[in-house]
Amino acid sequence: MSTILEVNQVYKYFGGVKANEDISLTVEQGSIVGLIGPNGSGKTTLFNSIVGTHPIDKGNIKFNDIEVSQLPVPTVAKLGLLRTFQQTRIYGKLNCIQNMLISSKPEKDTIFNIFSKIPEDLTTKAENLLQFVGLHQKRKLRAGDLSFGQQKLLELAMALMNEPKMLLLDEPTAGINPTLINGIIDRLIKVNKEFGITLLVIEHNMRVIMSLAQRIFCLAHGQMLAEGTPGQIKNDKRVIDAYLGAQ
Amino acid sequence: MKGNKLIIYGLLLAFGLAAPFIFPAYKLQISFMWILVILALTWDVQGGQMGYNSFGNILFFGIGMYICAGIQIGMFFPLAEWTSSGGEKTFLHTPSQYFQGFFVGLVLAGIVPAIVAALIGYGILGLRGHYFAICTLGLGIAAGEIAGGIELIGAGQGMTAPPWPKGIGDTELRSEFFYFLCFILMVVTFIFLKWAYQTRFGLILNAIRDNEDKAEAMGIYTMRYKIIGWIVSAFFLGIAGGLMGNMVGYIEPTEIAFAGATYGVFMVLMAILGGKGTLWGPVIGAVAFHIFKEGFWTFFLGWQYVALGALIVVIVVFFPEGIMGWLREKYPEKFGEIVDEADRKAQVELK
Amino acid sequence: MDLLIFKAPILMVQASMDGILLGVLFALIAYGMALQWGVMNIINIAQGELVIMGGYIAYFMYTAGIHPALGIIVSPIIMYFVGWFLYKTVIYKVVDRDLFISILATFGISILTQQLMNFVFGADVVVAQSNFGTTMLFDNSVTLPNAKIFSALVSIIFAIALVMYMKKSRLGRAIRATAQNSRAAKILGVDTEKVYAATFGINAALCGVAGSLIAITFTLHPYVGLPYTVRSFMIVIVAGLGNLPGVALSGMGLGVFEEFADYILGTEFRIGSVFMLLVFILVYRRFKLSRKREYLK
Repeated sequence: MSTILEVNQVYKYFGGVKANEDISLTVEQGSIVGLIGPNGSGKTTLFNSIVGTHPIDKGNIKFNDIEVSQLPVPTVAKLGLLRTFQQTRIYGKLNCIQNMLISSKPEKDTIFNIFSKIPEDLTTKAENLLQFVGLHQKRKLRAGDLSFGQQKLLELAMALMNEPKMLLLDEPTAGINPTLINGIIDRLIKVNKEFGITLLVIEHNMRVIMSLAQRIFCLAHGQMLAEGTPGQIKNDKRVIDAYLGAQ
Repeated sequence: MKGNKLIIYGLLLAFGLAAPFIFPAYKLQISFMWILVILALTWDVQGGQMGYNSFGNILFFGIGMYICAGIQIGMFFPLAEWTSSGGEKTFLHTPSQYFQGFFVGLVLAGIVPAIVAALIGYGILGLRGHYFAICTLGLGIAAGEIAGGIELIGAGQGMTAPPWPKGIGDTELRSEFFYFLCFILMVVTFIFLKWAYQTRFGLILNAIRDNEDKAEAMGIYTMRYKIIGWIVSAFFLGIAGGLMGNMVGYIEPTEIAFAGATYGVFMVLMAILGGKGTLWGPVIGAVAFHIFKEGFWTFFLGWQYVALGALIVVIVVFFPEGIMGWLREKYPEKFGEIVDEADRKAQVELK
Repeated sequence: MDLLIFKAPILMVQASMDGILLGVLFALIAYGMALQWGVMNIINIAQGELVIMGGYIAYFMYTAGIHPALGIIVSPIIMYFVGWFLYKTVIYKVVDRDLFISILATFGISILTQQLMNFVFGADVVVAQSNFGTTMLFDNSVTLPNAKIFSALVSIIFAIALVMYMKKSRLGRAIRATAQNSRAAKILGVDTEKVYAATFGINAALCGVAGSLIAITFTLHPYVGLPYTVRSFMIVIVAGLGNLPGVALSGMGLGVFEEFADYILGTEFRIGSVFMLLVFILVYRRFKLSRKREYLK
């Protein structure tokens, strides 16, 4: 097992605020890793740093041994590192199928392929993935008309359409109907085992992250607080204090 | 294409080709209407499909106009002397010179604005929302002001385009000639965009409109597509400008070529009126706008622009989805949006 | 290009002083634009037309035999109601929608008002004579029309008065609260409709003052509104929405830039250079922000 993602001593400041301070973590290829911490601890900021949404102030980030912290966002995505958003981002005026089609990786992506037709078989693949996330019945609806939870599922399907090597999921079960959460957990495990996609998951739902992750990192106040297996983290006094103290 | 659609397109095409003979008195009028359709269609590539509301597309129209006339004249006579001495009074194009110059001029009228779009695109298309809108507004108007200071092309007085050569038919033939050129350009623009919107390019433009950050996060180099879109618009706008300059016969920097505060804004209005983001919307909007303008021009005598200003306000505030938007609400089935209420209300299940 | 100005330092002094006096006036108009942008999220393309309208009020007084400088009292009063009227008829529908709609709607208003003014006052370029005389400095080599000095002073006085009003008065505080958080203000009992109407009215009144000053210092014409709009927009984006001293400085900077451009490129390129400066500022900002992988919002 090799390391697919390496975050080394990353710092990110917003003015005077230390959103990420000396963060280091590694993710083994093929694993599911959790990222937890109270609100405001810098989890989403770390995601943004990793995929290049904003530049970092110090440190380096390696994806498959390639330094990515200086690369623009589309380049990082093309390397196979995708992320989903906490406040879902989908293409509101297009229907679900179109959202899927535009999310696929084109075979060739040069100036000469700008006006290429979208292959027929892509629609089949899109529908299968929509079926996978339970949205097949809604595939002709405008994405903007879906509920928040449904949009989250669509975002997941769109990410899968792109066949990433690693997926950063920002609160994948937030806003989802509780009856569906088990289904989501099953599917994420399937995505990891069968599609071979490494997952780094931000979660607030402890039950979800404990059943998903093999390893968990906990942030607090912008710093790395603890890391370990779910069992270790569950009983780590510092983690418990951080969550209680955050109230 | 389905049989019905083919028939409709065929009929429209036939009508368009026959129009100058059915309505001979309105040849130039309808030619002008086709130009408006091109203005609206090309604006919609940025404004409706991509979500970048440009107030400066007129830049390409004006550049095309000056380039075309400049080439037409400059190929055979010294341009500076033409503009300073009232042009056609001192120099006369032979028919072959006229048409040669005209066609070379038209080709360059398409290519040069396209190159300009490619050059400035990286900078200007990096702006978003209202900053893009106002920056392009500035560009369009600045172009007019700057052109008004360049002596070579006539400065504030403008310049005349080469007149129709003597011996080649009468004014009717001239009008028909320009009519068909405008109509053909409009049809070509329409067909190209129709095709382009069905490729990946079209979907990417829409994705940029709906969520540009998401598109980038999914691996799309959005700047590439933004620039290509602008190049496409610039190309057709430039040729349209070249045609327009010749039809009007006189090229003035701020009123005719870089008419930023009038046609630069009207193209926005026409697309919104017809329904931005659709293929037929800009066409319908341009036709409706033209009819409104010409039909009521004399009616509103003296108050035309007041009525126009009021129209802008009314459309923008009360009718922003436009005609196509309104039709889509009323008859969603006709737009292929058959959405089962059951589908809409169904709960998602994950077994 | 005429680079004489750099060889004759006294010309640079002249241009700079002209520019500063002019710039203070620009800053006043920019302050109004910042006000409604910040409070109501509206970019008013018709700002320049409101200025010209205010100027025509002073001009009208002049043609009626009243000294046009009194326009600085009369014009804002009339323009306040014009602004209030515009809000109640058109702007109120545009306030909570996206910025682009406000740009288009106010563009429509600008076309409308241009034509109305053309209709009422004709298309001639006019000036209202103030007969204030001129001040000569530096051994008579720098000429400053007193009207310009007067207009700069008036602008400053009005700006300060407005700042104090915004700080101390109930309406002023209501406006500032709404600017910060309109929902919270509403919940706390602020009548946001009234606040918006008043803000738009105040902006129009500021334009009225500026316009009447322009009537006596420069020229009036129904179609020269847009450059004033563009100038105030530029000043606001350079200075930032909450930054009043920045607005003053940027205004003066812009004024000086224009005067120099006038000398170097010629008056016929003056307006063009203002618009090109706008393009330049925006593109410069774009590249600076893209280094941080951000963009102008």
